[in-house]
Amino acid sequence: MKGLLVERSVPRFAAARLVSSITGSGTSAGVGPLRLTDVEAPALPGPGWYRVRPLLAGICGSDLATLDGRSSRYFEDIVSFPFVPGHEVVGVVEEAYAAPDSSDAPRALHGPALAPGTRVVVEPVLGCIARGIDPPCASCAEGRVGGCQRIAFGHIAPGLQIGFCADTGGGWSQAGLVAHGVQLHPVPEALSDDDAVMIEPTACAVHAALAAGVEPGDTVAVLGGGTVGLTTTAALRQLATPGTLLVGAKYGHQRELAGELGADLAVSPEQLTRAVRRRSRSLTSSGHLSGGADIVVDCVGSAESISQSLAMVRPRGRVVLVGMPGKTSLDLASLWHREVSLVGAYAYGCERSGAADRRTFDIAMEVVAAAQLGRLVSARYPLERFEEAVSHAGAAGRRGATKIVFEMHPRSPKGPAS
Amino acid sequence: MSPRPGFVLEVDRSTPPTLFWHGEGFRLEKLPTGSRVLYAPEPLDPLEDPVGSIRRALLQPMGDAEPLPELLRPGMKLTIAFDDVSLPLPPMRSPDARQLVIEQVLDLAAEAGVDDVVLICALALHRRLTEAEMRHCVGDRIYDAFAPQGLLQQHDAEDADNLIHLGLTDHGEDVEINKRAATSDLLVYVNINLVAMDGGHKSVATGLASYRSLRHHHNARTMQQSRSFMDQHRSELHTSNWRMGRLIAESGVKVFQIETTLNTDTFPPQMRFLERREWEWSGRDRAGFLATSTALKRTPDRLARQILHSVRSPYRMTSVQAGEVEAVHAQTTENVYRQQLVAVEGQTDILTLGLPYICPYNVNSIMNPILVACLGLGYFFNMYKGRPLVREGGVVIMSHPTPWAFHPGHHPSYIDFFEQVLSETTDPAEVGKYEEAYATDPWYVHLYRTGNAYHGVHPFYMWYWCAHALEHLGAVIIVGGDRAAVRRLGFTPASTMADALEMATDVVGRDPSLTHLHSPPLIMADVS
Repeated sequence: MKGLLVERSVPRFAAARLVSSITGSGTSAGVGPLRLTDVEAPALPGPGWYRVRPLLAGICGSDLATLDGRSSRYFEDIVSFPFVPGHEVVGVVEEAYAAPDSSDAPRALHGPALAPGTRVVVEPVLGCIARGIDPPCASCAEGRVGGCQRIAFGHIAPGLQIGFCADTGGGWSQAGLVAHGVQLHPVPEALSDDDAVMIEPTACAVHAALAAGVEPGDTVAVLGGGTVGLTTTAALRQLATPGTLLVGAKYGHQRELAGELGADLAVSPEQLTRAVRRRSRSLTSSGHLSGGADIVVDCVGSAESISQSLAMVRPRGRVVLVGMPGKTSLDLASLWHREVSLVGAYAYGCERSGAADRRTFDIAMEVVAAAQLGRLVSARYPLERFEEAVSHAGAAGRRGATKIVFEMHPRSPKGPAS
Repeated sequence: MSPRPGFVLEVDRSTPPTLFWHGEGFRLEKLPTGSRVLYAPEPLDPLEDPVGSIRRALLQPMGDAEPLPELLRPGMKLTIAFDDVSLPLPPMRSPDARQLVIEQVLDLAAEAGVDDVVLICALALHRRLTEAEMRHCVGDRIYDAFAPQGLLQQHDAEDADNLIHLGLTDHGEDVEINKRAATSDLLVYVNINLVAMDGGHKSVATGLASYRSLRHHHNARTMQQSRSFMDQHRSELHTSNWRMGRLIAESGVKVFQIETTLNTDTFPPQMRFLERREWEWSGRDRAGFLATSTALKRTPDRLARQILHSVRSPYRMTSVQAGEVEAVHAQTTENVYRQQLVAVEGQTDILTLGLPYICPYNVNSIMNPILVACLGLGYFFNMYKGRPLVREGGVVIMSHPTPWAFHPGHHPSYIDFFEQVLSETTDPAEVGKYEEAYATDPWYVHLYRTGNAYHGVHPFYMWYWCAHALEHLGAVIIVGGDRAAVRRLGFTPASTMADALEMATDVVGRDPSLTHLHSPPLIMADVS
């Protein structure tokens, strides 16, 4: 069965970094670490695990960073090679390792029993339960698997998520992947495959929107108009009550979508600071707004975007980093002087909702349905055209697209917008 | 030989191409046969002795005003207000007309033993002048005598402590002006009346007013009802200012008005070809055109802008009137018309305009797209008496590069207006819903008061200035402009004049009539 594989190859990563720095993100597939090959279906690691046949698998910004050779070295110990990428996956359950009841382990550790043929989305974080670690770490015990402290340990290879782990496979493969029952969420009939493949990125956005701690009436600025920026905009509008929601997006179609998803005003990124200044009626000093937004959500993660976020957040405000940053050089004097909180927002798990905790994926499904986020899927590619697909994803904004996905078994009329 | 009057040329096959300003450059355009080109009267003969003429005007005032020396006495509080650098354009060679007049007024004040004298630049919501600009207006001697003591001031329309509300007109208009000026025993206002809109009661009621006062006549409705604002008797802008001016007088503010007019000798000899009729160009004019246009084309935009903004005009004074506001202004307006008015029979389907690098609001600055619109549709379109030069539903074609560029220090709120207001609506009435937020924005207020920025509300005024034209016209086309910027303005971009004319026929039909307003120099059409 065909699949895309990333191997540990320093020369290939170096070549990818060089090429992508010259010709742009997603253009190094020919020289980089990704190759199309025959892959074996991964073995089911143990009780509670299922084999999933992907239907659609998205190309994420973190995938592009890996393929471009731009990922932080921070990830070296929490990734295992070779791995099949693809962690934004909607698929169908094919096989269970064993019926959960046959295990001695408590049922709760295995999640609900899933019948073959069940359409599911994968919650890819490989936390303690998936890794067979008992008792789980404090984060996993609270259901906050995104903060799992054991992602390099347990009975499967290191890997922070499916799609970065040598043992689990990933979504970019016809051979499928394996996932623990606690990582699988049945997809309601009402959601299309396009909707479903947007659930994982939307779950990240939901987590970020809730982590932002928006108070009613707050001025919130979102920097970035790609998948992360747009899903975060939708999540903020659905789950919080900002007084004003401003979005800085580079391309016209992104600004249009941001408006449709709930932004009060969508402008180009270089205009966002001016827009925040006007809305907050701030003055400007030392390149920073005297007042500014209560919360800035940075969905880009570059040195420039973080600097801009710090420049337009109010004193004692909060900057939430959702876009994946790397090694960055920043002037943090204003953060210190203005007592700004800079917080990361990674992945998902459980969110406090009133008095109870809810799974982030459950909330994300509601947001996807309400905001019809399947519309963000711009093109589907077969694995064989992976170079085009990755190139399209790397230039998505410029080419009028948002989310590019692989389709394992083409059956829909929706084709690649090449 | 007396100067020749204005002239309407009918283009035929032998007519040479017509010169169009195109920002910091020029275009030569072959206009269709049968087109009309309006040429301004030649520059009037200047006053032989401007200083003597000023002195005489002060001693023999118009209307019921007393001679200035009789209004001056020891112990009195005297304020001299004067126009800012928005005129004349380009700035005139030193000595500036303001300097000549103010020196005479100060001499008389000194002779009368007046000690309490303050000079105020009446800039309304315009940007503050730099020291160099202020020195150019009033001369080094006055600057050095008054500025160090804080006696040479710039009106601050946001300084609540130095504004005074004089009341409401019978139309409910707030009249709030500079307190020092209003509480002086005598307010002398020194004008340069470059176009017919300038001067009269507008000098004090606008130049020394606050936003609270200005908003009553600087709005889309007023501008749509000013047809045109170069024709005082058909201008709602002036009617409102006159109401305010009369209330100011009734409030006890004694105004002694001094108005000056200039001829249209606009450019120095090496650029004189700009003012000449093309078929009369001498070899020297052709050489000057070639040298100037070639040099400007090869010069980076920023440097070209600096070079052109350093041009000083050889304007000469043609008249000076002093005394009671309305009597003075009536005479001044006649003198302006004498210099600029050209009789034209009938309207046209298409009006073409070549827009220069400068307008009243970008002296030593960038002509941003909003100012391009304002210069073309606010100023040039309104340079008429009687009827607009272009018929209702007609087309204006303007030539200007219209760069998507702004001076961040001079025009900060323009950037937001362009990005965030015009992207939503270009309807002058609609944009008004954002006006107050911009007008009261504390950052814009800060930059206006302490920097060299136009007031936050100013881009709205520029857009209101276009309101009459936007309501009247069927289409606006800009030749050679930045396409995105032109579209943001709501206009149509065209690469060439031929393309623009082709596009215009979609609006006005085949075989349209075409009139070109040839400027410089300043010209105004009296359309019958």
